[in-house]
Amino acid sequence: MSEDYLLNREIKIKELESIALQIRKDIVKMIYLAGSGHPGGSLSAVEIYVALYFKIMRHDPENPKWVDRDRFVASKGHSAPALYAVLARSGYFSLDELWKLRKTGEMLQGHPCMKKVPGVDMSTGSLGQGLSAACGIAMGLKLDRKSSYVYALLGDGEMQSGNIWEAAAAASHYKLDNLIAILDRNHLQIDGSTERVMSIEPIAFRWKSFGWHTLEIDGHNFQEILDAVEKAKSIKGKPTVIIAHTVKGKGVSFMEGSLSFHGKAPTKEQYEQAIYELEHRRIGGRGDEY
Amino acid sequence: MSIEKLEEGEIQFEMTDPRKAYGETLVALGKRNKHIVVLDADLSSSTRTSKFANEFPERFFNMGIAEQNMMATAGGLATTGKIVFASSFAMFATGRVYDQIRQSIAYPELNVKIVATHGGITVGGDGASHQMLEDIALMRVLPNMKVIVPADAAETASAIKVAAETAGPFYIRLGRTKAPRVFPEKHQFELGKAPVLREGDDVTIVAIGLLVSKALNAAKSLEKEGIQARVLNMSSLKPFDKEALLKAAKETNGIVTAEEHSRIGGLGSLVASFLSERHPTLVKLVAIPDVFGQSGEYNELLNLYGLTTTNIVSKCKEILKK
Repeated sequence: MSEDYLLNREIKIKELESIALQIRKDIVKMIYLAGSGHPGGSLSAVEIYVALYFKIMRHDPENPKWVDRDRFVASKGHSAPALYAVLARSGYFSLDELWKLRKTGEMLQGHPCMKKVPGVDMSTGSLGQGLSAACGIAMGLKLDRKSSYVYALLGDGEMQSGNIWEAAAAASHYKLDNLIAILDRNHLQIDGSTERVMSIEPIAFRWKSFGWHTLEIDGHNFQEILDAVEKAKSIKGKPTVIIAHTVKGKGVSFMEGSLSFHGKAPTKEQYEQAIYELEHRRIGGRGDEY
Repeated sequence: MSIEKLEEGEIQFEMTDPRKAYGETLVALGKRNKHIVVLDADLSSSTRTSKFANEFPERFFNMGIAEQNMMATAGGLATTGKIVFASSFAMFATGRVYDQIRQSIAYPELNVKIVATHGGITVGGDGASHQMLEDIALMRVLPNMKVIVPADAAETASAIKVAAETAGPFYIRLGRTKAPRVFPEKHQFELGKAPVLREGDDVTIVAIGLLVSKALNAAKSLEKEGIQARVLNMSSLKPFDKEALLKAAKETNGIVTAEEHSRIGGLGSLVASFLSERHPTLVKLVAIPDVFGQSGEYNELLNLYGLTTTNIVSKCKEILKK
């Protein structure tokens, strides 16, 4: 293991976009075959996942427990299909596993389980806890004088959870500048828009007031994601949250902004249409050209 | 600190301080192992983790009155190879954070030791809001969780060491009060073992925590009437000593359990459900009924809820009358 090991360090934005398209197809297929799952919040976070696992994070699929790796916590554990797809496409396990998502006796659980799946750094699924776990990891890495970073992917619905703000206060109090949270701001939760269910705005102000460095980006734009993470790494003495503005169900026309695809599998026709749309997608544009 | 009031003819036990033993043992462990990390939620002076905080400030994190965050943070810390102790009162270390313990500690089977103080009715004056009578039930039902209720300071010190040396999640319940000494200073706690504190073939008393000393007193009182009671200390509730229970069920006429916990889901439930499947035996419970506690003086509360030597004696006699 060389110190400068970085998966695909030289990878180009166009290649990341091409991987993102493949990940989207994987997600739709996984959830279609599983018969249940969360397409909306998996598709909204695809660029974030791809940027982390194919460009940003220091990790080694051959050595999932490498002590000097960067860590990732899916606090929005229902985005598990996206996590599993990037892990499989990175080489942590066989692609065949993806098509057995949620099946009895198989490895891939509906929500991430660190005991079963190589590459999963923390078990999650009950919203609100992942940021706390990420804080604990960040504290442990600091105690060991490690230079690794911890990335936590947060959902916007879970901004309503008190546990998140307990963690936000602690991360700031303990100056966890090795912790970078990315908020998938797709505006929808199961019962409707976040602002109608239980408003979370002004969300950037809330994070700032808890002592976090706060950035806002287009969460489907790779350059903005990469730049924001670089910026976050340069901030010392406080944690950073990147508020990534995204579209729920991004990439599949009838899933975009759709409430019903928060936690529902596509039918056979919908699955075929989704794959058709994704296969005919033009690669290389900005996120908003989808 | 309340001192045990003696009933007629009871043994005068030396009093020990389990919380102090916890604090001192943590410091000793911290000296030997730099991976020991301690979290508390603004109660470090009561739980005695403050001793560790003074000794190893860089490895102690006060998480404030935010127990949910403390438990999930403990899980995260453990993924980096730390042996994490997380402490608060039993009320706030279990009920308030059941989901965080379930999802972020027990399910991923992480190396977190939850050491709660102020378990049970003998918290006294603070009343029902602080008298945790359901914690054993909550922790015992979690897969991967080990549950220990030490009887005195020596057993506390040893159990804390065993927990630190054994991978995976633990729940260790201590009380607020001092505890009568039932073990010598150098006692070695063994996971899954229920030491026999007194031999006897007529009836068996299985007890935990403060009730162990009362069980010994009950046995002494019964002896005067020619009844030989066996006394088991079931401090290791999960895993528990199946052999010792089966042996007691086969060799004596029945079992009385004694605990400072709700009669639902605690020691009595465990013993009754295990034996009803493996060796049906009459089991009688000395436990808190299905009610919330209330403010009051320590001994008065124990009397009010029947957690007394006299009550253990009468349950033993009920079994022998059958």
